Amino acid sequence: MADTAARTDPKQIERVIIRFAGDSGDGMQLVGDQFTSASALLGNDLVTLPEYPAEIRAPAGTLAGVSAFQIHISDHDITTPGDAPNVLVAMNPAALRAELGRLEPHGTVIVNVDTFEERNLAKAGYESNPLTDGALKGYTVFEVPMTSLTRQACEPLGVKPRDAERSKNFFALGLVSFMYTRPEAPTIEWIKAKFASKEKVRDANLAAFHAGHAFGETAELFDHVYEVAPAEQHPGEYTNINGNTALAWGLIAASRLARMPLFLGSYPITPASDILHELAKQKHFGIRTLQAEDEIAGIGAALGAAYGGHLAVTTTSGPGVALKAETIGLAISLELPLLIIDIQRGGPSTGLPTKTEQADLLLAMYGHHGESPLPILAPYSPAHCFDTAIEAARIALEYRTPVMLLSDGYLANGAEPWLIPDVDTLPDIAIEFATAPNHTDADGNPAFWPYQRDPETLARPLALPGTPGLEHRIGGLEKDEAGHVSYVPEVHEQMVHVRAAKIAGIARDIPPVVIRGDAEDAEILVVGWGSTWGAISGGVDRVRALGHRVAQVHLTHLNPFPANLGDVLRAQRRILVPEMNLGQLARLLRAEYLVDARSVTKVKGLPFTAGELEVAILGALDD
Amino acid sequence: MTETTVPVTTRKDWSSDQEVRWCPGCGDYSILAAVQFLMPELDVRREDVVFVSGIGCAARFPYYMNTYGMHSIHGRAAAIATGLAMARPELKVFVVGGDGDMLSIGGNHLIHVLRRNIDVTVLMFNNQIYGLTKGQYSPTSEVGKVTKSSPYGSIETPFNPISVALGAEATFVARTHDMDRQHMMEVFRRAYEHRGAAFVEIYQNCNVFNDGAFEPLTGKANRDDMIIPLVHGQPIRFGADQEKGVAMGTDGRLRIVDVAKAGADNILVHDEQHDRGLGFMLSRLAKGPHEPTPIGVFRAVQYPEYGEEVGRQIATAQERNGPGDLAALLRSGATWRVD
Repeated sequence: MADTAARTDPKQIERVIIRFAGDSGDGMQLVGDQFTSASALLGNDLVTLPEYPAEIRAPAGTLAGVSAFQIHISDHDITTPGDAPNVLVAMNPAALRAELGRLEPHGTVIVNVDTFEERNLAKAGYESNPLTDGALKGYTVFEVPMTSLTRQACEPLGVKPRDAERSKNFFALGLVSFMYTRPEAPTIEWIKAKFASKEKVRDANLAAFHAGHAFGETAELFDHVYEVAPAEQHPGEYTNINGNTALAWGLIAASRLARMPLFLGSYPITPASDILHELAKQKHFGIRTLQAEDEIAGIGAALGAAYGGHLAVTTTSGPGVALKAETIGLAISLELPLLIIDIQRGGPSTGLPTKTEQADLLLAMYGHHGESPLPILAPYSPAHCFDTAIEAARIALEYRTPVMLLSDGYLANGAEPWLIPDVDTLPDIAIEFATAPNHTDADGNPAFWPYQRDPETLARPLALPGTPGLEHRIGGLEKDEAGHVSYVPEVHEQMVHVRAAKIAGIARDIPPVVIRGDAEDAEILVVGWGSTWGAISGGVDRVRALGHRVAQVHLTHLNPFPANLGDVLRAQRRILVPEMNLGQLARLLRAEYLVDARSVTKVKGLPFTAGELEVAILGALDD
Repeated sequence: MTETTVPVTTRKDWSSDQEVRWCPGCGDYSILAAVQFLMPELDVRREDVVFVSGIGCAARFPYYMNTYGMHSIHGRAAAIATGLAMARPELKVFVVGGDGDMLSIGGNHLIHVLRRNIDVTVLMFNNQIYGLTKGQYSPTSEVGKVTKSSPYGSIETPFNPISVALGAEATFVARTHDMDRQHMMEVFRRAYEHRGAAFVEIYQNCNVFNDGAFEPLTGKANRDDMIIPLVHGQPIRFGADQEKGVAMGTDGRLRIVDVAKAGADNILVHDEQHDRGLGFMLSRLAKGPHEPTPIGVFRAVQYPEYGEEVGRQIATAQERNGPGDLAALLRSGATWRVD
């Protein structure tokens, strides 16, 4: 069986951006994911942007209920889900109305024409039918009766028409797969496996997928199909991965590398819950997961497990970090290793729970009581979540400190191809626990002093419960080196300084920043952190292509900053800091280094596009 | 070579070198003594015992035990102990705190540690007052309680801690008081030996902010008539001559009766394994420590313990999938090669 069948020779294109949009019950995320997998298997480079409403099922057919999945596939290295889609698949009038504005001028619209009847048009707020009133002038529009064709395809299977209609997303998938010459076999295999336990649903989905594909072949709507060739990639084995899965796997890897069992205490919250789901599934790695009664118990249990010698993690989003703040203070005081993972979303309060933002940097930095510094790290891409989880664990264990890892909704759900690392090349991050006394008391007896530090790292010794002879008490009260409660003013001041120095000293143990682009004599330096990396890189490349000299620095370590950052910044003529907040990193850079870092901000719940940053950089060059 | 027998110890071995800093005359001293006297009798090593506490007077407890210990933050000891007990099921984990710590700020964690049946021993010192913050009413203070924060009297219905624990599905629930070391030691021993979450309420006198709250029960002269000892399998009787008892009326209510009048055969026989609410009814017998009040074990039943269940799931997953293979995990999705 041939995977693809085209009447005319496929037209080669470098890249295409497709946006699937429909009702939140229409299964757009599902088909988007599968289109992604098929493209990944084909060897395209790709970046995805799933967007869905906060409501599980907003009223069907309304603008509020529109769920979309954007995928950018390319035959070369790309870093963003793309600026404007080239193709919009709209399953109903609401999807068309909500999404049309994003489409590129003269873009292609594929609509499920069956849904364009009076009631649905009214629900979407259309006074007349956009398919007939000229609203789509200038676009290439394909009207496909997806619902009725799906129903027909399923009829011989004995599937009830109402049930059959549910498979129309697979019709759309089949059609778009045909248009872009995606191989059919992996999708067919995937449908068979995914719906193995529900025979009728499986067969209906297969029938719909085939029907969509066949419709493309026979309907003669399309002059030709498109082919996006595989991207040139480093040799090796690849898989397609989203940020939350990469993070979960990174934590599992870290537990292996530390030779400590993994413990997760977590309370469900969007968009972090998938990490809990993934780790709960991988029990054979000896992982213990607790779905706690609240956010506070999530971190509390993790802290208890850390005390017991597990690699302990709590996962959450911004509002959860606020609830965990007191326990973070305790972890800082106890000096126990702990990972706090914040998958940032739009805030404050419930804000935009399914949308992305990076406005928790100052919360991570300052959102606890007392003088309480902790290391902060942020991955820059979905796959980088894997490495960052390991790095966060390394720092937490080595320095006996809670570490905050800031991912966001865009990284969490966005996917990219990932060159699978050779596990034997990953770093060893195991630490030694105390097994013997480290002090002699005034009476000449051996004693264990839990806060007698390593002179170099300032890390304290960790004696696990169960270790004979090292019984000791720790607590949130201020203590002296011996671990005894102390209210002596000088002791408190000294401990505050030592805790700060310990965290600041990590700067010696992290890589220096590396300048991408024009390291010498740049007109401007663009500094970013977190998920904006793709868009910033795209924007920088475009401005450089126009002949400007642009330098780029992207920070993974946000506290402490890399040791050479100050020198790098002070050598620049202009500094521009794009962030999905109102300038939080810019504020930290200004405070720390007294440099004129300018902000460019976006807080719409959506990532920057490379185009927006191209404009912002060019604008800054005029200053 | 591993040692199999636990070394012989005395109270002194279990006492830390820290000076005990509760107010002179505080009931906490006698609870600490009962625990320190009991530990040498238990088949356990010091290094395998962990006391976890929150905040409050009672929460200073771990500092005085020569074991592992953590003095954490207000209300969260049960949550922290949950993680520790899950991570290290071989440890013996105690959770120590007061009524404010466990029933107010930490109420949520208390009910969930009990519901999950985590293998911890919870010792709740109930003095019906906030001591460390110097005398505000607590969630167990009686209606009308005049304190600094309730100058016109508390208008809040107090929690009945035994009822709360039973309502939270606790598998071991008991009450004791600070004036009876033998009873405390016996109840603590039972709680310690219980597999799963054990909850013990200890009536504890705060001689500074709520002196004499339990005097009507625990005063030497009052005990016979006011304390109703619960003994599994025995008729529930009390009084100097065991002349009073608890009986169930035809209306389904428990009443205190004169044994001679009601007939010895009609006295309720205590059954701590009763799973249909007897413990709960007994917990409602007294409206407060001014009426005859049951002490002892209200409920002791065996249900699957959480940590064991976690271990069982891990073992099953490993039988099915083998021990985790990281390289295989990274390839568990669709993969492709680029040459």
